[in-house]
Amino acid sequence: MSDALDNRRLVLRLLAVVAGMFAFGFALVPIYDVMCQAFGINGKTAGAYQGEQVVDEARQVRVQFLATNAAGMSWEFGPAADELTVVAGASNEMLFVAHNPTDKPMTAQAIPSVAPSKAAAFFHKTECFCFTQQVLQPGERIEMPVRFIVDRDLPKDVKHLTLAYTLFDITARQPPVAQATLAQTAPSRAAP
Amino acid sequence: MSAVIDSHKEHGHAGHDHHHGPAKGLMRWVLTTNHKDIGSMYLWFSFAMFLLGGSMAMVIRAELFQPGLQIVEPAFFNQMTTMHGLIMVFGAVMPAFVGLANWMIPLMVGAPDMALPRMNNFSFWLLPAAFGLLVSTLFTEGGGPNFGWTFYAPLSTTYAPESVTFFIFAIHLMGISSIMGAINVIATILNLRAPGMTLMKMPLFVWTWLITAFLLIAVMPVLAGVVTMMLMDIHFGTSFFSAAGGGDPVLFQHVFWFFGHPEVYIMILPAFGAVSSIIPAFARKPLFGYTSMVYATASIAFLSFIVWAHHMFTVGIPLTGELFFMYATMLIAVPTGVKVFNWASTMWQGSMTFEAPMLFSVAFVILFTIGGFSGLMLAIAPADFQYHDTYFVVAHFHYVLVPGAIFGIFASAYYWLPKWTGHMYDETLAKLHFWMSFIGMNLAFFPMHFVGLAGMPRRIPDYNLQFADFNMISSVGAFTFGATQFLFLFIVIKCIRGGKPAPAKPWDGAEGLEWTVPSPAPYHTFSTPPEVK
Repeated sequence: MSDALDNRRLVLRLLAVVAGMFAFGFALVPIYDVMCQAFGINGKTAGAYQGEQVVDEARQVRVQFLATNAAGMSWEFGPAADELTVVAGASNEMLFVAHNPTDKPMTAQAIPSVAPSKAAAFFHKTECFCFTQQVLQPGERIEMPVRFIVDRDLPKDVKHLTLAYTLFDITARQPPVAQATLAQTAPSRAAP
Repeated sequence: MSAVIDSHKEHGHAGHDHHHGPAKGLMRWVLTTNHKDIGSMYLWFSFAMFLLGGSMAMVIRAELFQPGLQIVEPAFFNQMTTMHGLIMVFGAVMPAFVGLANWMIPLMVGAPDMALPRMNNFSFWLLPAAFGLLVSTLFTEGGGPNFGWTFYAPLSTTYAPESVTFFIFAIHLMGISSIMGAINVIATILNLRAPGMTLMKMPLFVWTWLITAFLLIAVMPVLAGVVTMMLMDIHFGTSFFSAAGGGDPVLFQHVFWFFGHPEVYIMILPAFGAVSSIIPAFARKPLFGYTSMVYATASIAFLSFIVWAHHMFTVGIPLTGELFFMYATMLIAVPTGVKVFNWASTMWQGSMTFEAPMLFSVAFVILFTIGGFSGLMLAIAPADFQYHDTYFVVAHFHYVLVPGAIFGIFASAYYWLPKWTGHMYDETLAKLHFWMSFIGMNLAFFPMHFVGLAGMPRRIPDYNLQFADFNMISSVGAFTFGATQFLFLFIVIKCIRGGKPAPAKPWDGAEGLEWTVPSPAPYHTFSTPPEVK
């Protein structure tokens, strides 16, 4: 049978479980990112790729490029070409063009996504404008490169993949005043 | 006096100044630490919320009575669907079960009260504050929550009305209330059982509540976490759910459903327990497969943690993920099937009578099973792409919640009303209440299967002409069901005010310690623990 000590000890243990589960809820955030990147789930691509690959001339893949503006974004934003046929293992480059038609300096962040999502883990970006934020002065236009390698181990049934960028206006979050430093800053949480 | 109350005094928890009966006046209810008072308050509160959430459902069904927009603006319609869901889940079903737990668990395990009576008082009184806050948002300029009860980001962050902050705090308060209630239930069950009441002798209602309480303390903090992340995204510039800052809106759905799926079992397990007490009483046979019932409940609770992504098959999870969550979900049908077969076997060759608690329980078994079957259909990942976000889903979860949770609560209320009030309720009116609810509810929700399969989307105030007839039938059923609940209110009030005096054990086949105390149950029971053989 019980006494108050039993109750107190039990309540403390249960409160510890509650605190632990509250923390677990937040731990799901990094767990989710790690899972997405490890398995290429959700079309999430990893950060800058360091490795090198042997070129496999026999394997050709069509890579299609998409650019979308998120709600409220007024830039003109698009790839220089709609698609590219690339060789697995080789390094490729595509230019994206952005233009700020407004009369205010603005900051933007591009978020990449690869479809089909199972190809995301095999799509390596060695350089990408999405690794940093872009600041454009009124009327300014820039060409932004993305360099990538399609992995030789890309599943055989994937013959065609899509690299899609969504461009977000983050001027409110990162005012473009101190652009020199900000342009180098990674987004507030995990680099895309 | 038991060791419990004595030791409370040692630790400064004295103040049991109403040993001889309830205090007088309004302050009795504000300050009470008596489990029966608090249980009654929970039940009344939940019934008030049931009527409020129900009236919102009436607005929805009135708008959907005919195609086209006629009664409310789409923006208000969205607030109605959202608030209906939130109020029914957090305001009606959950507090009703906490109320039943407060009333019955101490009586069933032979305890003088809940283990933590003051916390009990606090966890109840948080609820009116939480729902006052939530409902008040409807009167703000931008309107109340309009993003669905699942409040997916970015609808609930970037595109939310200003009142979303009130919604977040209301959820926090409800969460704290539920967690304290759950801790209280666990402490009562683990520490205050009468001598001889081993775990495997506990009534199933106590068992299912013990497991529910563990589910609550495991997932309510995750809900608190997800609304805290929303709060930070909205006001403190983080980007948990905003892709622009490196976050991901799909993350919201994962965290939400990690809470959300166990939550649906939180709403049904106590009903399983109550029905497992009621069916043996009216079949006049002991429950078939007690041990398997306990293990089935525990298995359902465990499985509920690994199936959450079946709510989000269409967001683009990988094939292996879809397969895992599909099979894990289907696995839940096994322990649930064990329970349904056990209830059926309990009734098999029993000397059954069909008083109101039994009618609601039998309907529970049949209709909950129908809801379970549509759940299995939804669990099939490739088929779910067709069903997702249609009225088929609405039909499914209303079949498990209305004749599941709500009928379980009605069955419990009729079963224990004689114990609570000391009077028998009016059996004829109660049967009328059952049949009107049964017909109304099936009329309201069964056609939703058909319109859902034909492609009618949920949460939209208008629909294609081809769905007009079925929707009109649904609305007529919903109005019938809604109006019938005033009959329930009348029956309960009539029973409190008078009626045939109830004996200590009004049901022939009923078993359990709660029937050893007089009816109505005295203000203090089991001050000396009973002996359980």
